[in-house]
Amino acid sequence: MDLDLSEADEAFRTEVRDWLAAHVPATPLPSLESAEGFAAHRDWERELAADRWSVVSWPTEYGGRGASILHWLIFEEEYFAAGAPGRVSQNGIHLLAPTLFAHGTAEQRARVLPAMARGEVIWAQAWSEPESGSDLASLTSSARRAAGGWLLSGQKTWSSRAAFADRAFGLFRSDPDAGKPHHGLTYLMFPLDAEGVTVRPIGRLDGRPAFAELFLDEVFVPDEDVIGEPGQGWRIAMSTTGDERGLTLRSPGRFTAAADRLTALWHEHGDPADTALRDRVADAVIGARAYRLFSYAAASRVLHDEGAPAGAAASLNKIYWSELDIALHETALDLLGPYGELADHAPDSPAHGGWAEGYTFSLAGPIYAGTNEIQRDIVAERLLGLPKGRR
Amino acid sequence: MRFLLDAEQREFARSLDGLLTSCDTPAAIRAWAAGDHAPGRALWARLAEAGVFALAVPERYGGFGPLPLDLSVAFAQVGRHAVPGPLVETVAAAALLDRLGDADAAGAHLPGIASGTTVASLCLTALGPYALDADAADTVLVVDGDTLRVGARPGPVQPSADPGRRLSRPSGGTVLAEGPAVAAAAAHAAGLAALATSAQSLGVGRALLARTVEYVKRRTQFGVPVGSFQAVKHRLADTLLALEFAEPLVHGAALALAAGSPDADRDVAAAKVTAGEAAYRAARTALQLHGAVGYTDELDLSLWIRKARPLRDAWGTPAACRARVLAA
Repeated sequence: MDLDLSEADEAFRTEVRDWLAAHVPATPLPSLESAEGFAAHRDWERELAADRWSVVSWPTEYGGRGASILHWLIFEEEYFAAGAPGRVSQNGIHLLAPTLFAHGTAEQRARVLPAMARGEVIWAQAWSEPESGSDLASLTSSARRAAGGWLLSGQKTWSSRAAFADRAFGLFRSDPDAGKPHHGLTYLMFPLDAEGVTVRPIGRLDGRPAFAELFLDEVFVPDEDVIGEPGQGWRIAMSTTGDERGLTLRSPGRFTAAADRLTALWHEHGDPADTALRDRVADAVIGARAYRLFSYAAASRVLHDEGAPAGAAASLNKIYWSELDIALHETALDLLGPYGELADHAPDSPAHGGWAEGYTFSLAGPIYAGTNEIQRDIVAERLLGLPKGRR
Repeated sequence: MRFLLDAEQREFARSLDGLLTSCDTPAAIRAWAAGDHAPGRALWARLAEAGVFALAVPERYGGFGPLPLDLSVAFAQVGRHAVPGPLVETVAAAALLDRLGDADAAGAHLPGIASGTTVASLCLTALGPYALDADAADTVLVVDGDTLRVGARPGPVQPSADPGRRLSRPSGGTVLAEGPAVAAAAAHAAGLAALATSAQSLGVGRALLARTVEYVKRRTQFGVPVGSFQAVKHRLADTLLALEFAEPLVHGAALALAAGSPDADRDVAAAKVTAGEAAYRAARTALQLHGAVGYTDELDLSLWIRKARPLRDAWGTPAACRARVLAA
């Protein structure tokens, strides 16, 4: 067992660090949850892609570098340590792309992935419906057969990035008589500017339109935009939700960078006599280290063919990072005292690196990608073997 | 980088688990608590035969260490089976004597520690006035400031909250060494003790979780297993979560100690507080989910429940560890 990186790994880290030092914008981009910021972030995706840094773990033919999961972890550590912009492409990269790699056709991969890697097509996820959240299989939006494709109708909601995105992916009920709720579902991709689509942005807790609801009225989608077999959408989608909760959605780099900034904030502003706050700072810093080492262990299992972590292990991950993210940000706001409540764009806001928006974003963690209550059920039933019961 | 135990380490853990499963550790603890050290010493001899103490002793004194990571693997099993005795103190004493640079002192004690014939206890007065199980030890070391005494006599036994731990104030003994080398060696020993205690906590927590999961599957109320209730499930899920994320901290700290990393002290402190808190929360959960039967000393579960809290506080309280994590 060791934690030492090889010379090649260190060389990769240096290459990433040097590129970021030369390219990361000196002043932060506007929030990606605004029209102006969305455009600026799209440009940043293009800049990353030009030097093949937008999707390092993908095969080279789609714009990646074929990097190992360890190099991906290193890339992410450097990315967040450099204070680089948030990734407007992340829904596509983390949710849709793994699904296409596993279940898409060669034609779909060639058509969708390079444009995604360059930020030309930004994807929104369209999973939830007003009555279907944690119980996703209860969804009612429909896909009806039409010549050469399908007609989509219904309503999707809490659709992240959809206020400004180009296309979306989601599940639709194609066979209402299939018997069980998770049978007869089809996984489809569709354009957000198509005839019959209405996008209504929804303000998030801080008022920014980070998500939207989508109204679909007989929206035509050609057969080439069905992912996998019609009717098999549930099985295909579940492989995606595992990715969403698992190793690749929230890299430890995000939290170690935040922990480093929190430590600096403590040494700068912390009252040494306030041991209660000191203990919380220490716990958040330790939590980030634990998450990093846990991820290295998981990556080692993948790299050394000792079996990928079980799907249910992704639930442990999801609970952990979502609660850690809140702890890091809450503690930072407490350290900032009277400045903690200022929005990042308030004139007096201290230049302490977006704690306000980060805090708002962190609050969603235990809610999305399957609520933490559902994740705890999964952990208890599948990892501990406890009997199923009423929810 | 391969941040995983290797096959040999996993096999070592499995064999220790098998060995300890075949011993009646609860009976040994109950005897130990009553002052009968014979079953505990017999267990000690079997652990020594399996190589546990040799992991703390360098080759030239009959060991094959020091190997902090392998010690962590061993101490997780020690905790899982709640083995009584000053095991942590003995390996810490070995680390102290090895680091001291006094060949005579090392030669006098280390071969016996490696082979299992020497049971040692160690008291660093800066951390507290008590030595663990000094009445059962062959030699008692005391570090007071920068003075090291050996052959200290145990005082009257002060019962611990954990029946498997017997505390006493050591006194007397002869001065073996003085000066900055003692303080440095003691700091090194305290680090290894904190690491071994962290690993022991992990094992205690795993045992508490496993026993509680088995219990809530069997125990029925309102006509269904209590393990089917969401409130019960979520507490156990959180227990597993805390242990799963504490374990890599323990392994990472062991590697830092082995490498002599400048961050080792910080990393050990992070592991210590996290594993200690995880095991203590596991104990609270085990007690709550067993209900009244968990509140009895007749059920062997009590031996693990009562161990978790002292381990959380021994060799570095949570507050002290958190302060070390942030020390610049």
